Amino acid sequence: MSTEAQVGHFPAVDWEGGALPYRVGHRKLGMWLFIVSDSLTFSALLIGYSYLRASNVWPTPFPFYPSIVFSSVMTFCLLSSSLTMVFGVSASSKGDKAKARKWIFATIFFGTAFIVLHLIEWRHLIHEGMRPFYLPEHWVQVFTTTDGVPPSPLFGATFFTITGLHMFHVASGAVYLTIVALRVNKLKHEDIEISGLYWHFVDLVWMFVFPLIYIMSVDVGHHAGL
Amino acid sequence: MDAHAHVEEHFAGSNKLFISIWGWLVLLTLVEIFLAYKPMPIHLMLAVLLGLSIIKAALIVAYFMHLKFERLSLILTLVPMLLVCIMLLFVFFPDSFRSWGLRYKFNEAPPVAPAPTEEP
Repeated sequence: MSTEAQVGHFPAVDWEGGALPYRVGHRKLGMWLFIVSDSLTFSALLIGYSYLRASNVWPTPFPFYPSIVFSSVMTFCLLSSSLTMVFGVSASSKGDKAKARKWIFATIFFGTAFIVLHLIEWRHLIHEGMRPFYLPEHWVQVFTTTDGVPPSPLFGATFFTITGLHMFHVASGAVYLTIVALRVNKLKHEDIEISGLYWHFVDLVWMFVFPLIYIMSVDVGHHAGL
Repeated sequence: MDAHAHVEEHFAGSNKLFISIWGWLVLLTLVEIFLAYKPMPIHLMLAVLLGLSIIKAALIVAYFMHLKFERLSLILTLVPMLLVCIMLLFVFFPDSFRSWGLRYKFNEAPPVAPAPTEEP
């Protein structure tokens, strides 16, 4: 405990051993490091998407309904799930495990709603004729430039890869949170907080996927051009 | 830092604070959806949307993920590392403009929308 007293005056002492330099447990630090590495995965994918977009004629085919309506409601679900997760962690910090479990189940509910809505939205696009390496014929006609350059068929590849990987993260998070909720009495508070970190990260990634994939691809009717 | 030493044992931040953060996140999302239907140059749109996203991400990391209430040493370990790595990913980005130039040989000017008379 004497190290704790010295912390304020001379933090370098922490690094000599026997203290927690970051004042977080090793598991929480591990989750933070995982989040940093996973952020880089998504950054690489989003930058790759932007690269393709900047070097190709790119279609902007998403209609207000269903695409934008669905993705907006999905964003609302994820933001709300983050809020309920914070409430869960907050209840757990006060020792109220039953309440924490209830809020975590609410989080899982919103997460599952997100996945269901996203799958319906995927189904709409697949039904429309969008595939990883093909565009629907009527999109090709609409978005071909005046000098005859067709839009890039990689639209589907980038869309399905990025939203698919994100959906996989949401699904894994829902499984992770289910395990945490069921074992909430056996887990330490910090373990519940760590599961919250992961869940918020999934929400954070969507804050970049939603504008870059959905908002930037809205069909505003200025066809036959860029 | 010392003033927070006791608070850090618990989960700092009231439910009221978290609800207001959630309110801001929803509001900024609505602004993004509104902007989607505002005609503007694509570069400006991209800059505004990315700016809003970074603000939203910062709110989530600072309050929901609690990083604001952690020790400065943790923040300094995680954030600059991530930012530097992301900036390094952009090293290849200018190549996209070169490959656009290779792919599409426009005669003089970039493609333009058809004249209004051609519209049905």
